[in-house]
Amino acid sequence: MNAPAPNPRSSSPVYARENLPVLAARVEAAFGDRLLGKEEKTQYIQFSVKAADAHDLVRFLKEEPSLGFTWFIDCCGVDYQRYPKPVPERFAVVTTLLSPALGVKAQVRAFVPAADPRLASNVDLFAGANWTEREIFDLYGIAFEGHPDLKRILMPDDYEGHPLRKDYPLRGRGERGAFPVYHAVPVALAPQDGEG
Amino acid sequence: MYSYEQEIEERTDNVVRMNVGPSHPAMHGTLRVMMEVQGEHILRAEQEIGYLHTGFEKLGEHRTYNQFITLTDRLNYFSPLNNNIGFALAVEELAGIETPRRAQVIRTLMAELSRLADHSLCVGALAMDLGAFTSILWTFVEREKLYDVFEAVTGTRLTTSYTRVGGVAFDLPAGFEKRVLTILDSMEETVDKLRGSFYKNRIFLDRTEGVGVISAADVESYGITGPIARSAGKTYDVRKYRPYLVYNELDFDVPTYTQGDTLARYKVRLDEMEQSIRIVRQALKLLEPGPISALDQKHALPVKMSTYTDMESLIHHFKMIMPGPEHGLNPPVTDLYSATEAPNGELGFFLVSDGSSNPWRVRIRPPSFINYATFSKLIEGAMLSDVVAILGSFNVIAGELDR
Repeated sequence: MNAPAPNPRSSSPVYARENLPVLAARVEAAFGDRLLGKEEKTQYIQFSVKAADAHDLVRFLKEEPSLGFTWFIDCCGVDYQRYPKPVPERFAVVTTLLSPALGVKAQVRAFVPAADPRLASNVDLFAGANWTEREIFDLYGIAFEGHPDLKRILMPDDYEGHPLRKDYPLRGRGERGAFPVYHAVPVALAPQDGEG
Repeated sequence: MYSYEQEIEERTDNVVRMNVGPSHPAMHGTLRVMMEVQGEHILRAEQEIGYLHTGFEKLGEHRTYNQFITLTDRLNYFSPLNNNIGFALAVEELAGIETPRRAQVIRTLMAELSRLADHSLCVGALAMDLGAFTSILWTFVEREKLYDVFEAVTGTRLTTSYTRVGGVAFDLPAGFEKRVLTILDSMEETVDKLRGSFYKNRIFLDRTEGVGVISAADVESYGITGPIARSAGKTYDVRKYRPYLVYNELDFDVPTYTQGDTLARYKVRLDEMEQSIRIVRQALKLLEPGPISALDQKHALPVKMSTYTDMESLIHHFKMIMPGPEHGLNPPVTDLYSATEAPNGELGFFLVSDGSSNPWRVRIRPPSFINYATFSKLIEGAMLSDVVAILGSFNVIAGELDR
């Protein structure tokens, strides 16, 4: 009755450290001076670029046939205001991608100036960037040009401020108790304490 | 001024706007879906999230690394142990801390038991949402037994906070192995019972087969991972991709289906439970006596009992806990993305360190958030009754979704 389910042996992409130099060489050959930095981490390579070059680099990683970073993993923001190490700009948008063919991950760290926090959206390349970019817009106030539906996602639509910025205090603004309370029954008609 | 009655009167195409949630028994947690429906067909849909947003990432910047572990419990609250382990591994990779062998085996065991608990809830609830109430009772019995084990090991059932940076908080209790083996046997029976009840059940098949099909191209583009990706023919499992803990010593398969529909997602989860049972049986044999926390006491908290009896441990404990620039865990000034395989997919932590005892930035890459983004696309064109089936197979946990 209970026939064993088909369980093909794993053909999961396997991490291949030997491909990290291949990746680094390809990107350096194509981008050269446009790279602000390159850092090899324990399991991937992080490329730092200016905001204007980020979309080109992500497109290159995805569409270059010998690389094939087709799997979107993550996209998040970082605020480096008063960070102990010198960084080119205040904000960074960090996109992580996986190449099933090469078996490595790559990370693109795009530095975004605080004076004009905007960069090109990756939604045309990866559908998964839609929500993650909305989240960055919501929590950091970084605008993504070409995003089809750029609006807040976690905070309420009428919320003011961007909570994950370093100059946004942990306490004092917009705690749960400060939100308006909506009643299903008008307060005047609801039974008062002690009545029912 | 908008008036619902007026809109109904004016519209001639029979299209009705419908809202489900955020507080609705079928919308696991606090999810809200707004749909335009024509009869029973959904023309357009949009989800709204954020009703459970708690600001974990902001809070994380004001907590030490060890304090953040209590917040990871509240991410995917059906498998808190996986979150604890994922975060501890990320911090250890960032700071370069070696964990002792016994701690690694214990973590592997707890991760797989927790995966069993999470999957058993999901498969039970999916069938329950489709009207088969019995299945959730079967799986809840098993889940209860597992939670009893978690209680015996960690002291709590839900908010386990079991790991510490460098190891785990407590050693396994006496009789752990025997107790787990008994549960595995009954868990196997339950998996078989579920297969027997649903794989050929006409009603269940009609409501899941070919419903909510995800294509392999969408999986990569949306960044979907975990059981949902593996149901659509994309075999990516972090445990195989880059084996952490002791997974490289264990023999297990990654179940994969190619249909990408709700039924395939259900089958993948049942098969994964079988594999988890296999892993736990093997990992139990790897248990050897030894320390459960890193001996490098500049970076790892000493075992709590020793701080009561031993002067040196107490000093190390103070050094780790006290606030101030010279105290606490001070990893190098850098950033790191580290991922583990949680029950719903790749659970990643992107940590930015400024060299102090608190992280500069904790980014949680929640599998639920990334997976759920595709939901409205799947239900567009489907029937109203499919919404519940597709949602159940996604296992979206609001705590992880909204953080």
